[in-house]
Amino acid sequence: MDNSRREFLAVSGVLTGLLVAGGPLALLAPSRAWSIELRTLSSSEGATLQSMTRTIAPHDRLDNAAYALVVKAIDESLQADQHLADVIQSGLGKLGSNFATSPEEVRVNMLKNIEATEFFQTVRAKTLATLYASPLAYAFFGYEGEAFSKGGYLGRGFNDLKWLPEVPLEDSGPVPN
Amino acid sequence: MAQIAHDDSNAVVIIGSGAGGGTLAHELTRRGIQVVLLEAGARQSMASFSQNPGEAFGQLTWLDPRTTSGNWSVREDYPGLPSWTAKTVGGTTVHWTGATPRISPWEVRSRTTYGAVDGTSLIDWPIEYSELLHYYELAEKRMFVTRRHGLPGLPASNHFKVMYNGAKRIGYKRVHTGHLAVNTSPMDDRGMCIQQGFCVQGCKTGAKWSTLYTEIPRAEATGNLDLRVQCHATRIEHGPDGRANAVIYRDAQGNEHRQKARLVCVACNSVETARLLLLSESAQFPHGLANSTDQVGRHYCRHTAGFIWGLFDKPIHMWRGTTLSGIIEDETKHDPKRGFAGGYHLELAALDLPSLPLAGIPHTVWGRDLGFFMEHYDRMAGMLINGEDMPRSTNRVTLNRDVKDRNGLPVAHIHIDEHSNDTAMRAHAQRQGRAVYEAVGAIKTMVSRQTPATHNMGTARMSKDPRDGVCNAHGRAHDVPNLYISDGSTLSTPGSANPTLTIVALALRQAEHISKELKAQNI
Ligand SMILES: Cc1cc2nc3c(=O)[nH]c(=O)nc-3n(C[C@H](O)[C@H](O)[C@H](O)COP(=O)(O)OP(=O)(O)OC[C@H]3O[C@@H](n4cnc5c(N)ncnc54)[C@H](O)[C@@H]3O)c2cc1C
Ligand code: SF4
Repeated sequence: MDNSRREFLAVSGVLTGLLVAGGPLALLAPSRAWSIELRTLSSSEGATLQSMTRTIAPHDRLDNAAYALVVKAIDESLQADQHLADVIQSGLGKLGSNFATSPEEVRVNMLKNIEATEFFQTVRAKTLATLYASPLAYAFFGYEGEAFSKGGYLGRGFNDLKWLPEVPLEDSGPVPN
Repeated sequence: MAQIAHDDSNAVVIIGSGAGGGTLAHELTRRGIQVVLLEAGARQSMASFSQNPGEAFGQLTWLDPRTTSGNWSVREDYPGLPSWTAKTVGGTTVHWTGATPRISPWEVRSRTTYGAVDGTSLIDWPIEYSELLHYYELAEKRMFVTRRHGLPGLPASNHFKVMYNGAKRIGYKRVHTGHLAVNTSPMDDRGMCIQQGFCVQGCKTGAKWSTLYTEIPRAEATGNLDLRVQCHATRIEHGPDGRANAVIYRDAQGNEHRQKARLVCVACNSVETARLLLLSESAQFPHGLANSTDQVGRHYCRHTAGFIWGLFDKPIHMWRGTTLSGIIEDETKHDPKRGFAGGYHLELAALDLPSLPLAGIPHTVWGRDLGFFMEHYDRMAGMLINGEDMPRSTNRVTLNRDVKDRNGLPVAHIHIDEHSNDTAMRAHAQRQGRAVYEAVGAIKTMVSRQTPATHNMGTARMSKDPRDGVCNAHGRAHDVPNLYISDGSTLSTPGSANPTLTIVALALRQAEHISKELKAQNI
């Protein structure tokens, strides 16, 4: 973060990372280094939250950048919602700054204990809604998304499964050419 | 397009432009009847449908608040979205996935077939199946339903191959790519299905039938339709004679208007239909319009539903292909030996990646279970249970006077206590669905809980006896002779078929009846 940026009072924290070389995200991104500015959360709160989102939806080979996007989305939603900001910040405070560096088993147990709280449920919902909706996730999970612009999946693999017998015509229908 | 004056008391006013309202509007206008069609939502088109799932949801879904209570899991999982319907020209036929099975003959006589089931309000339909069948055939031809009247079925996708082989291996016989209102070739001035799997986001080829690009433009072409978009009906008024005579609505700017009416047809999709009738309370109808027997909003049904997923170690790519093109019909029977009354369909169902964790699995799943599940996205197959749920008079839509919409009106509150019959049926269906996938080598299976209600039925049901329902077999309100219910609210019981074909069939029947009655000056 350069000094001119530091002068913006609105920046409360920052998350940075380096994309795994050769991974699907690195191929999409303009550069391997990334940094995300936070508007409400501190850098340490951001790091705890990022670790929490990874504990909720763990994908070992998925870059931290994808999780940082979730943190960014949650951080953005706090700006106009004081109640939510209180819920998230006090929740993160209770998890403590050691959370992110604890082993997964410990993190899971800590989250299990707070599963019923508004804090956990909000973060869980936001994680699920954000993590899998980005082009980064599409690439990682192999989801091809909309296909109208390419003529659909007709002729592009909608019926290319070979590991099971074909369905007889009477129970399916002719493939249009 | 016609321009009908606000004080033209000769107008027929239809509220809601979905499966029921859109079809009815076309059928009346083509017979020369002048119709004002009020639609709360905006108008989209094949060109404007978003191909981003989250954005499409925002573009089409009814997001005005609704609240919920009761023992159903939706109260915990989707408190803000207990029922999933659309708010757009064409209604939920823009969102829908096109499955058009028929209700079975024994399902329209459920009270007789199942006998008295404690804690339910089952009734027989006030209509003969043979008559319904006639309108089913008309509706199927109109919607170009696959595998009916000489039309072929849709081709089998990868996703269906998994369901098919699993189903056959456990002995199911009636398994095919389904009856869908989806074009297998260009017909009806619409495109054909290109297997893109974005049926829920709005079909950009028009292969999937929707009133948005069939019934409504055809009604407009007659010159007899005055479609008013982003116009939200807030109240139906009546005269001292107890007959409906006007509809109050708010336009996009929030300005209030009053449209005089000779006849009013309500087609707002069960939840909102009940709400509008309840909101139309007056000195003469203190509990809401057409509600003298306290039946409006009761017997709300939404089908016993839920996803079943199979995870495999080989590629499937379930998102490629028509979303719902596959069905197992063998459990669609009444066989009390299974431990419950009524039957269910198992229907192929894919979800796009962003929607899967939100709609497809219980919200209690997180951590490594979630990670494992999601990482099988390309090796996963899914199906939906669609089972008959039991009508109960206490499962109902009421007004929540503590929560208001942007017009300051009480929102709909949905209360559901699932009947033990629903629970037993879901458990059976989940076992069977898991067995289907295990038979073709699933390494793991997973089930969801009840999904938000995409099928909404029964809140103004047809009944022979006015004490049991809101309208007669033509959808005419028992209490108000020129008030008709024209959507899924009229289904006397839900059966196990996805409701839209039945809604369209009943709308065709109602249109014939209304035009005859108007000509004979009976209304
Ligand atoms: C994702 C999804 C998939 C589905 N798939 C299938 C399927 O495969 N097969 C099937 O049979 N069914 C399916 N359905 C259900 C099907 O879409 C509905 O059963 C059907 O559209 C209901 O028709 P309707 O006329 O009752 O209401 P709708 O089609 O919902 O139309 C009601 C219209 O009324 C408008 N409205 C409501 N209140 C007011 C008011 N006060 N003033 C003005 N306008 C108002 C609404 O904006 C809406 O446009 C699906 C639904 C969803 C959500
Ligand atoms: S899969 Fe077929 S019906 Fe569905 S959106 Fe694509 S073209 Fe339309």
